[in-house]
Amino acid sequence: MTEWIISILLLIGGTFVLVGSIGLVKMPDFFMRLHGPTKATTLGMAALLTAAMIFFSTTQAGVSVKEILISLFLLLTAPISAYMMIKSAIHHKLDSIDRTQGKNNVEDEA
Amino acid sequence: MLETVILIVFAMIGLSLLLNIWRLLVGPSVPDRILALDTMYINSIALIILYGMSMGTALYYEAALLIAMLGFVSTVAVCKYLLRGDIIE
Repeated sequence: MTEWIISILLLIGGTFVLVGSIGLVKMPDFFMRLHGPTKATTLGMAALLTAAMIFFSTTQAGVSVKEILISLFLLLTAPISAYMMIKSAIHHKLDSIDRTQGKNNVEDEA
Repeated sequence: MLETVILIVFAMIGLSLLLNIWRLLVGPSVPDRILALDTMYINSIALIILYGMSMGTALYYEAALLIAMLGFVSTVAVCKYLLRGDIIE
């Protein structure tokens, strides 16, 4: 039973990580490309680390909760690094596609 | 069954690492390359965790935590350098 749960969580995690990287390659401009790795990949990593937590809790002695630390760390730092990257992209005045709305509201204070 | 699933997920994450390398080489601007490197850090954490699961040992957890911290710090440092021309002002 636990083997099924671990397998399903691993497959969900791998699929989301792959979807994030496909988004990184396929999207037309940088501001869209940022969506894939920051959201889909973080969710995939959370699923993978949950699977690892269940796996090590069942195969080894005692309950293993330390994988939550990596998961929590990734969930905390992914928005911060995405914010820094979008700031540098605005600073470099990267092009977005034509139908992006609200481009005039962006001001670069740096 | 678990061994097969771990192999399949290894293949998925390897494929996504290849896609990241493509974006790292092609990427038209510098923030694209930073984004590709950040994603590669996260995918390598996934690879290390999977390798530990396939070996049946929890020894690789510390390596994964270190790579997570270094990836975040390096991404923020490079972005800060691009923004201000300096890292610690």
